[in-house]
Amino acid sequence: MTIAHKINGLQRYVPVWSVYVMSVIPGALFLWAGITGSSGPEPINVLERSLGEFALQMLILGLAVTPLRIWAGISLHKYRRAIGLVAFGYVFLHLLVWLVLDVGILSQIWADIVKRPYITVGMVAFLLMVPLAITSNNWSIRRLRRTWKLVHKMTYGVALLGGLHFVMLSKGFQLEPLMYLGTVFGLLILRLPPLQYRQVQRN
Amino acid sequence: MAYRWTNDLTTKDITPEHLYLNRRQIMTGLAAGAVAGGLASPAIAQDELTPNDYDDITNYCNFYEFGTGKGDPAKHAHQLTTSPWSIEIDGLVDRPGTYSLEQILSEMTIEKRIYRFRCVEAWSMVVPWNGFELADLLDMVGVQTGAKYVGFETALRPDEMPGLRYPVLEWPYVEGLRIDEARHPLTMMATGIYDKPLLGQNGAPLRLVVPWKYGFKSIKSIVRITLTDREPKASWNQANAREYGFYSNVNPQVDHPRWSQSTERRIGGGLFQRRQPTLMFNGYDEVAGLYEGMDLSESF
Repeated sequence: MTIAHKINGLQRYVPVWSVYVMSVIPGALFLWAGITGSSGPEPINVLERSLGEFALQMLILGLAVTPLRIWAGISLHKYRRAIGLVAFGYVFLHLLVWLVLDVGILSQIWADIVKRPYITVGMVAFLLMVPLAITSNNWSIRRLRRTWKLVHKMTYGVALLGGLHFVMLSKGFQLEPLMYLGTVFGLLILRLPPLQYRQVQRN
Repeated sequence: MAYRWTNDLTTKDITPEHLYLNRRQIMTGLAAGAVAGGLASPAIAQDELTPNDYDDITNYCNFYEFGTGKGDPAKHAHQLTTSPWSIEIDGLVDRPGTYSLEQILSEMTIEKRIYRFRCVEAWSMVVPWNGFELADLLDMVGVQTGAKYVGFETALRPDEMPGLRYPVLEWPYVEGLRIDEARHPLTMMATGIYDKPLLGQNGAPLRLVVPWKYGFKSIKSIVRITLTDREPKASWNQANAREYGFYSNVNPQVDHPRWSQSTERRIGGGLFQRRQPTLMFNGYDEVAGLYEGMDLSESF
């Protein structure tokens, strides 16, 4: 039995709801580190960044579902909606920490959204995620039919904007944010029709 | 000539060691208590010039030669060999040469100064420095009349500085001041914090401190000082002149293109610390005369 088969087989024992339950853990750990001071003397910044980074990781995991199925035969399709909703949840918390704990001054919040390109980009990514989160249910899929698929392709744009947001806020030439953005690009390239077609043929 | 500048606080106002070592634990307890008690925020009023904990000052650092994370310098800077240490002083000076640190210190008067420290990233600390005035060092080597600027250079030691592997900036790190800025009594060369020798992460064994400018101007672990007649290179200015000017005076009216500089957060206040207004020249109005007639939004 290959690894892909094993992973696919394990899914029977991991229900989707457990993803939602587990998703609370990192957030709780980030918050706890901030409260106890173990995240250092500037806990607001660390909390904000940890939440944002985890959201980006979830967006990337969501984007990886299809390539993993095509190229590695691993099917995580069952968890894709949960992954996307968890990503949205963390983006929302990230935004909330920025609004309330970080800036906390209404006039400066608005000025930042309008004047700071990296914040504008992050804000747009969040707003694009709202309709995606609202329509992440079976009823919406049935109602919207083909439009649903089209609308949810916006995830690609959201992930790109998220990666860009991280690159734009870094000082100097830093590797980590570029690696995130590069990963998003890579996962999108794997979706290009000619690549997918060839792989399916070979299978 | 030392002691040309004094703040209202004296050394007895520096928090006693047993208190500053414990403050974090005390505050952590308060914060945890407040959360447990369902309070919105713990009431921790920071006095204007209450120095930060030694722990915060030595663990929350930007020193990209040791990595870009705030904790990286504390993790790696012990690798830096700080003894022996010598500084090459050249350019338009009467007595150029390579001076050992002992040689320099034997002629300097070490004093204590509590300064606000404002990072360009919009956080700030209060640091009780030990050191001497840069003007005294300049007098020691004799500045020639044609000298208009002072350039500084940080040590470049790939074996001891893991951050040098990444081209975050052009290495070695360099900075510069105009000669009148360098001679201002506020401008000091620091050798210690809280009466302890500087640690590697804070720029051991000798660093610049210019309290009215953003922190990156206060170049660390200096190995070379050059007096010149033209504006020396400054690393962040070289990397991105649109975002980091040569002067980089703390100025709440001139925003960084990517974030506001009108407010700052004092480090060490926990999860519920509010931002506070940033002061012009970081509160050191006595330097305003240096920039008379200059448009500080142009020469930022």
